[in-house]
Amino acid sequence: MSVKPASFDYYRPDTVDEALQLLDEAEDEGKILAGGQSLVPIMNMRLATPQCIIDVNGLNGLDTIRYESGLMKIGALSRQRCLEQNNLVKEKVPLIAEAAPFIGHTQTRNRGTIGGSLVHADPSAEIPLSLLVLDAQAVIRSCDEERTVPVSDFFVTYLTTDIMPNEMLTEIQIPTEGIPQGYAFVEFSRRHGDFALVDAACLIDTDEQRRITSVRLALGGVDAIPVLSEDATELLVGEKLSSRLLEEVGRAVQAEVDPDEDLHASREYRRHLAGVFAKRAVRLAYQRAIQGGGTG
Amino acid sequence: MKLKKKEQTTICLTVNGRRYVESVEPRKLLSDFLREDCGLTGTHVGCEHGVCGACTILLNGSAVRSCLLFAVQVDGAEIRTVEGLDTEGHLNPLQEAFSEHHALQCGFCTPGILLSASELLEYNPHPTTEEIEEMLSGHLCRCTGYKGIVKAIEKVANRNPKFTHES
Repeated sequence: MSVKPASFDYYRPDTVDEALQLLDEAEDEGKILAGGQSLVPIMNMRLATPQCIIDVNGLNGLDTIRYESGLMKIGALSRQRCLEQNNLVKEKVPLIAEAAPFIGHTQTRNRGTIGGSLVHADPSAEIPLSLLVLDAQAVIRSCDEERTVPVSDFFVTYLTTDIMPNEMLTEIQIPTEGIPQGYAFVEFSRRHGDFALVDAACLIDTDEQRRITSVRLALGGVDAIPVLSEDATELLVGEKLSSRLLEEVGRAVQAEVDPDEDLHASREYRRHLAGVFAKRAVRLAYQRAIQGGGTG
Repeated sequence: MKLKKKEQTTICLTVNGRRYVESVEPRKLLSDFLREDCGLTGTHVGCEHGVCGACTILLNGSAVRSCLLFAVQVDGAEIRTVEGLDTEGHLNPLQEAFSEHHALQCGFCTPGILLSASELLEYNPHPTTEEIEEMLSGHLCRCTGYKGIVKAIEKVANRNPKFTHES
């Protein structure tokens, strides 16, 4: 069986403004091509037949990674391989550097981008989960306006985001002032590089008595979009982590999530994994927090 | 650049050190371009949706899936395929090691793995077994002969620290 994409108009703009103009003119039929590691497979399988492809790979300035006034600013076209190797990312948002190697394989991370993964919005994908737990903002542009959306409001449902057909994600901003020192990203997949069945990301700060002062725990693969656990925050803030408390967090998360079942895992199995991986993420982030944010 | 459906454009690129000037329509996959337009059938086409790794090539030195790129995107690029690994008909040390360690059975997955391994050794001349396996996770071998492949790459990594895919 051969697997080839349907025909499409191909545009390669020279500037972001031109890309936005083309997107606007294409109305609902335009699609931005970045790394192509999710879009091209679905085009090859004819699950998507966009009439107009706007290739942004040649655009200058869309792949810069910089730190400015308390914000990590990561251009939407930054390659995933770059996220795992970039020193600024490792220093300011080590959670992302830890999550990146779980995305596909080196051969796909060489092309795949941070922005492409965020807008594709797979429910178990590493980038959306990491950016949710980091309380990141998505900078979105159209011909007429630029707006900033918190990642916590960005996901609508499976593979669907707040982004409109005439809009393009240009940058991701992560506030790093007061970012918790303890971090962890863990996941379970059937084989290395497969889609995660469940993944979990956690950020924790502690005081000098090793009591948790702030915590954010998020899970992927357990709902249509990545979710923040409110119960974990309620249980953990103000407490020292004990094995009894950790078990309680695991049970609370299992009760909190409502996963769907598919060919890869039953509802019960995903729920079980959610508890196990929530505990692993909390434990690792806590260990790092009490060690002063070291690499643990 | 603006191309309508089925409208041909001329692209110019370097494959294995040789310059190609060819005409393509936007939907032509790079994997098909290499096989059909350049006649380089060493690049194998397996799943055509980025999973199996058989079509992996080096694009400006990076190992990527050629079935997930359109030929029109690589205008001006430098590409290396399995045909560009030898030197005047002599296998390079990595290819020799593959032969020596029985790292290929049916050979379908081999070209892609050779290119990924070349990239790995270029940036990391002494990879650990774990790093080799991590790279290899991006390739499916349905004969399941992974052990020989790991051994072959380990041999090159230890024997010739300055190994590079440049011939």
